[in-house]
Parts: sequence; structure tokens; C-alpha cells
Amino acid sequence: MQAKELHELAVTATKARLLALDMVHTAASGHIGGSLSAMDILTTLYFHTMKVDPKAPQSPDRDRFVLSKGHCTPALYAVLALRGFFPVEDCKLFRSIKGHYSGHPDMKHVRGVDMSTGSLGQGISAAVGMAIAGKCDKKDYRVYAVLGDGEIAEGQVWEAAMAAAKYHLDNLCAFVDVNGLQIDGATADVMPSEPLDQKFAAFGWNVLKVDGHDYEAIAMALERAAAEKGAPTVILARTVKGKGVPFMENDAGWHGKAPNDEQYALAKADVEAILAGLEAK
Amino acid sequence: MAEKIATRNAYGDAIVALAEQYPELVVLDADLSGATMSKGFSKAYPERFFNMGIAECNMMGVAAGLAACGKKPFASTFAMFAAGRAFEQVRNSIGYPHLNVKVVGSHGGLSVGEDGATHQCCEDFATMRTIPGMVVCCPCDGNEMRQAVQALIDYDGPAYLRLGRSAVETVTDAVPGYRFELGKGVTLRDGSDVTLIAVGLMVQEALKAADILAGEGVSARVINMHTVKPLDEALVLKAAEETGAIVTSEEHNIIGGLGEAVSGYLSGVRPTPVVRHGVEDQFGRSGKAAEVLAAYGLTAEGMADKARAAIALKKR
Repeated sequence: MQAKELHELAVTATKARLLALDMVHTAASGHIGGSLSAMDILTTLYFHTMKVDPKAPQSPDRDRFVLSKGHCTPALYAVLALRGFFPVEDCKLFRSIKGHYSGHPDMKHVRGVDMSTGSLGQGISAAVGMAIAGKCDKKDYRVYAVLGDGEIAEGQVWEAAMAAAKYHLDNLCAFVDVNGLQIDGATADVMPSEPLDQKFAAFGWNVLKVDGHDYEAIAMALERAAAEKGAPTVILARTVKGKGVPFMENDAGWHGKAPNDEQYALAKADVEAILAGLEAK
Repeated sequence: MAEKIATRNAYGDAIVALAEQYPELVVLDADLSGATMSKGFSKAYPERFFNMGIAECNMMGVAAGLAACGKKPFASTFAMFAAGRAFEQVRNSIGYPHLNVKVVGSHGGLSVGEDGATHQCCEDFATMRTIPGMVVCCPCDGNEMRQAVQALIDYDGPAYLRLGRSAVETVTDAVPGYRFELGKGVTLRDGSDVTLIAVGLMVQEALKAADILAGEGVSARVINMHTVKPLDEALVLKAAEETGAIVTSEEHNIIGGLGEAVSGYLSGVRPTPVVRHGVEDQFGRSGKAAEVLAAYGLTAEGMADKARAAIALKKR
């Protein structure tokens, strides 16, 4: 990846973080911690890898994206808005009765959303269905999904994992956003999910591991996934919950809590400083 | 003699017969294709059949993903697992985004017989009809089922289709020019004293009950309400106005099914005696299908009793 594009991805992801913080603060509710941990993955997908056209969001040949950890809607809506699927100002309507930008992704009302999700464990099954449809129709679109490492406890994830291997869905690539935390605390305490690599490998998936905040590593893993034949790929992305806002980082307390005015000002200043640093380069 | 066939067999025949006409039709099953009768489709169109194993929740989600890409999936398993175990997947992944998935629940009701209570789903109408935008349909015989499958393929939206295990006598072919229409009940017999509104295999019993009642000088109208949701309100209202008493009959808990749909509607527009004939908030049990139905009063005689009670209420 060219240094220029890397820089652009970093700038975009930082702007998306600002937007997500603004959405959660304006709505006074929402899931900021996991949105910040997944932001670099979503930014790389939508601004580097995926074949999508904001002018034709229903194109049958487009790549699909399913946010299986649907509560991280602030990340998805921020990235979709910046990518041009809907006006950035609409993000103000997140979770508001005044619009249809509901708390979890809504494919019927929000341009660019490929699947309604929110109930954990279900998105990955829909992604499997989309990948099967692509195989049936001999289309070359790819299907991407992002799961949380807490979500992995849902049995349905493993039902879907078996089906993806059975149908040799090499057009499917799932990320696990391994931030190690979930609403009640550390994933290792609530319900240990490791070793994720061995679990997915045993279920017949190709397993890749990346730093989930390294755009180049994410992009390269996605290229490797696209080159794999005969099996789906999972990218285990090690991330930091709350990434980019020091006082939110690695704190399960920020899973589903909105910052108050004072906290928002602090968080915004932190991320704006990152953006200023990037733009000075 | 009229054809006797289980509605699950008619379903299996219909999806094969319609496969060429509808290239986007795909069928999923959860290791029960030999029972839901999707097996014929799996043999004839293996590239359009997906056996998802004993994993109904995932199957519903996969069906949603297929529908999101323009396919017309029919996802079949037992009613207990389709409408029970996978309820939340049907609600959130299919109902909420209003995706074009046909959720097919075979072995509905007590007539499952020997397998007993764990597999006798008497709650599927209730769970499925609480999902906004969900069509709920249960044809009474093979002829109606074949037509219903085509109507459901043509209908673009989520729907639940209940199939029965036991062979049932075909009665709809006796109706001249009978054509199945989603959401439109069918008057099989006219009458003026009471109306029997039945669904599924209770339709055949309703016709017998009307004979029993006729022997007593009671004129009973019989309506086949194959679509529980959306309810054919105009037909129900007309029956209430013209006969003044209603009996609903279903192979389902009296809580949450057709009976509550009819009485809920009438209580708001024209309060009318409605007596619900169904499973009276109990679990089923093992036995031959006819024996189990009889043990729970789901017979023509049981329905006639309810009709007498409904008429008595009218006179008060």
C-alpha cells in the first residue's frame, strides 16, 4: 500500500472516530467502545478493499458487508456516511425518533446497510447465505462480516461456521474484533473464547491474525483471504476497545455508555489532536 | 373417493413442480428433508437445495442472506423448531427486515402423534403471528397446499407455512373453481345459526360437525380460514352479522391462535359469542394421531359441542 493511501486511511478512520463520538454523545446512548475498536477494520474495508458504489447501493454485483456485532452501529454509520452513502449530517439522527437511523443497523431505511443486525450471532448466518447466493449465481462479489469476541459465545456462530466450511465459501471473509472485553467484563472471565485460531481452524476455516489497527496489515490479510480457494477465511484482529480515546481504552465500562458533555469534550480533543497530527504530515 | 394425502407431501410435490418456473426458488432443510418432504427437491435440484444440518437458527439466518440477494428461499423443518427454537432468528433476521423468506413448519399440532409433546407444536400460529408483517398460513389439504405454495412464491415478503404430518382427505376440490388466495377465507358450506371457522385438518372435522348439527336442525356455516394472518376480517364480520355465533377450531393452543385472532377482531367491531375449539393450554402426548386428537377433544363431536355452547350464548 502506498504511503499516501495509508495516510488517507488513517485520516478517514480518525474522522470516523470523531463522527462516532458525536453520534453517541448527541444520542446520549450507544456503543462507543467496540465501535472504536472496529473502526480501522471498517475503514479499510469500505475505503480500500470493498467494491461498492454509494450511487448504486443495491447493485447486485457489489461486495456485501454484515456487521454481525450490530451494536457497533456508530462505526458503520460513520464509515457509510463518510463513504458517501448518506449525508454526514444525518448522523445527528442516530437513535433519534426524528429519523430512521436506529440503534442497530437497519437495511430497510439506511442506504448502504446490507443486513439488519443487532441480535448477536445472527449476522454471520446472513453473511453465509449471501455467500451461498453468490456461488449459486456465479458472481464474483465477496461477503465480509465483523463479529465481536464476546459474540463468539453464541452457538449460532459455530452453526454458521460449519455451514461456511461445508459450502466452501471462499467468497466469505469474517473478522473477529478481538478487543478482549464485553459488557460484563473481560471475555476471558465472562466466557473464555480462546483459542480462537484453533477453534476456527478446527471448523475448517483459514485463519489469519492481524493487528486490527494496522491498515496495511488488514489490507494484506484481506488480499490473502481473497486468494484462498475452497474455504472461508477468518481474520482474528487484535484490537483495543475504545481505541483513540485514552480514557476509554481497554475499559469495559465504555461498552455501551455515552460520554457526558465533559467527557465528550475530552474525547473529542484527544481525537482531534490525532487528526491534527496526521494532517500536519 | 377423494384423494388422501398429507399436506407435507403436497408441499414436497409443489416445490419440485414449480422449480423450473421459478429459478430463484431455493430450499433449505435442517436434516429433516425426509419428513418435511423437501427431499424430492433435493434430488431433482441438488444445486438449489441446502441441507444446513441440525441447526435451525443458522438456517433461518442463511435463508435471510439468500433472500437479501434475490433468492426465494423456503426453509423447512419441524414447526417446533421453525417457530419455536428459531423464533428470534425469524423475528430479527427475517421479519424485521421484511425479507422474502418462507418459513415452513412441518409436523404442526397434535397430529404428529407418536413422537409426543416435545414435537407437537401447538404454539406456532401464536409466535409467528406476533411478528409484524408476517403472513401465517396453514392449508387444510393437498389441493390447497399446492396452490398455497405457488401463492407464497409469488408473494414477496416473510411468511410462515404450516404443514401436517398425517394424511388428510381432500375437501377443497369439491368447491367449484376453487382458487387459493392468501388472506381470503373460503366458505365451504353455508349456514345461518352458527359459523365454524376452522384451519388445517380441523376444516375436515368442521364439515363433519356441520353434518352432526344439521341432524339436530342446526344450520352451521363452515369457513376454511387457511390464512390465520392477515385474517379475512370481512368474511368473519359477515359471518358474525349473519349467524350471530362463532366457533373457531384449530390444532393449536386456544391461546394465541386463530381463536384469539377472530375474537380479538370481533370484540372491537361487533361483539359476538366466539367459542374457541383447540388445545386447552396443555402439552400433547404420544399416541396415534387420531387417538391423540380424540383425547384432546379435537373431533367433529367436540366441535359440535362448542357450537351448541356458542348458540346458547347467543340466546342469553
